[in-house]
Amino acid sequence: MVGKGIIKGMVETARNFLGSYVSKQRLTTIQYPEERAPQIEAARNFPFLVFDGTDAERGLRCVACQICEKECPPKCIFIEKSKDKKPDATGRMQFYPATFNIDISVCMSCQICVEVCPFDSIKMDVVYDLSNNDRFAGLLLHKQQLAKSNEYYNTIHPTEAAAVDAHFAEERAKAAAKVKAAAEAKLAAEAKAAADSNAKAETPLADTQAQPVGGGTR
Amino acid sequence: MSDATNLTAQIDINTIPALGKEQLLELAMGPQHPSTHGVFRMNVVLDGERVMKLKPVFGYLHRNHEKIAESETYLGSMPYTDRLDYICSITNNWAYAIAVEKLAGIEVPERAEYLRVITGELTRLQNHACLLGFLMQDMGASGTPLMYAFREREKIMDLFEGLTGARMMCNYLRFGGCRVDAPAGWMDAARKVVAEFPRFLDEYENLLVGNEILMDRTQEVGILSKELAINAGISGPMARASGVDYDIRKVDHYSIYDRFNFRVPLGERGDVYDRYMIRFLEMRESIKILEQAMRDIPDGPIVDPKTKIRGFRPKPGEAYGRIESPKGELGFYLVSDGALNPYRYRVRPPSLINLTVLEDLCIGQNVADVVVILGSIDIVLGEVDR
Repeated sequence: MVGKGIIKGMVETARNFLGSYVSKQRLTTIQYPEERAPQIEAARNFPFLVFDGTDAERGLRCVACQICEKECPPKCIFIEKSKDKKPDATGRMQFYPATFNIDISVCMSCQICVEVCPFDSIKMDVVYDLSNNDRFAGLLLHKQQLAKSNEYYNTIHPTEAAAVDAHFAEERAKAAAKVKAAAEAKLAAEAKAAADSNAKAETPLADTQAQPVGGGTR
Repeated sequence: MSDATNLTAQIDINTIPALGKEQLLELAMGPQHPSTHGVFRMNVVLDGERVMKLKPVFGYLHRNHEKIAESETYLGSMPYTDRLDYICSITNNWAYAIAVEKLAGIEVPERAEYLRVITGELTRLQNHACLLGFLMQDMGASGTPLMYAFREREKIMDLFEGLTGARMMCNYLRFGGCRVDAPAGWMDAARKVVAEFPRFLDEYENLLVGNEILMDRTQEVGILSKELAINAGISGPMARASGVDYDIRKVDHYSIYDRFNFRVPLGERGDVYDRYMIRFLEMRESIKILEQAMRDIPDGPIVDPKTKIRGFRPKPGEAYGRIESPKGELGFYLVSDGALNPYRYRVRPPSLINLTVLEDLCIGQNVADVVVILGSIDIVLGEVDR
């Protein structure tokens, strides 16, 4: 019969239409501005810079090593290194970016900057409503707009951020141990120097006493 | 119908001037024509409704992909390959990764191969679902079939977003493996999507396969003979619809495709209807592969830790890596001179090479059929123009 196939198709359409009143699976539309789909954890959009603590300027993890600038495929990152140094997340003295710009009208969200960053300082954001009147200046993000706190990073990518924080805690513990060891070594050296001067003055026994303390230098 | 095809078979392009120029109409379809899947122009010479001559004009979306890749690092070109065939980015990554792995002699861990097969076959499902929707849209079934297809595509894109972070431009594969492992719960979500997919296929077949209008529009339209398909280097579902038994998954056994039990569907006539139906059959086979891969996937590392991300320099040499992408044979040819960037980088795009037979398929058909024939070739202009 001519038209049988068409009727069969219409039945399918009707089933979907009527089903949309009862089944959530058939009504997949979301009324966007009022209603938003839940954020998927792995989602990525544009990069941002992570800072620790409360001060965006002081806590910035970036040390201006310029690896991301070099590896970025469309070359949308612009960094200027500072002249002076400030302590970084683990307490070492490092350079910091005097200028850090990302042109998000050029960025293609490929995430290669995140992969190559050795300091876990650049991460991907999930903000998507970024429309702007100003095509050039409005889409060129500066350091101040890019810097976002570690707490924010923890809310958007919890699993990833937890791993990064654990890694940093380990690094800090190591650094603290190193500082402690250095202090102990200094103390031991001082003791030794004192003992040496004492030994010169009085008895050679003090030299052997200083030895076990010196073991802290390893 | 058969009378019409006999009539068209007698028309020779060389006789066109003899008909007299005043009777012919030269028409530019595109580049902004909605049915041309992007910015693609066809200069057609018409005698009434009938196409006498067709000249494809492309390059509107040319963005120097190959030359840019020659000045980028090897990893730096990976996100650009996403933008070739932007519907199936992971298979593009895969072909490029295979070429670089051949060049540098990198082994891929077991789990990464499984993840590649799973994401690659999901890409095939997504591409074919899209194509069916677009083809129906071209035929005038506005909206409904395309929306049904996009509803399914959305589920697969959500899976991709959960795994790779992006819905379309996944940038997922790396040389020697994949970028990230599947997060907790992802594999179960993927199993659910794959288990529900056959229901969509059944629904879609009910919706349109028996439809008389569809049959009239597609059967005996745009016939591609087996000989022409082989001679013109056509690959993928389009060649298989003409009866050419050529599937690189079966021929090369690249990755781990020799472990899966699946069949290669073939068409008989090579008309638009066969090209339409072969996509249904391929999707059903893809589901079989996905079920097997998701059952067998082992634990383990996902990337070879020895492979460098920065400062990656393969030794001098050349390599050609190819895969069966949803559209056909996608190949990357690389020449290395030992530097950070390839000396020569060439893409063998399946869409472009499948498009070369467009004139042969369209001559003698009606103008309205040209749109349908173009739709059935399954082109993406990002890949045609590069």
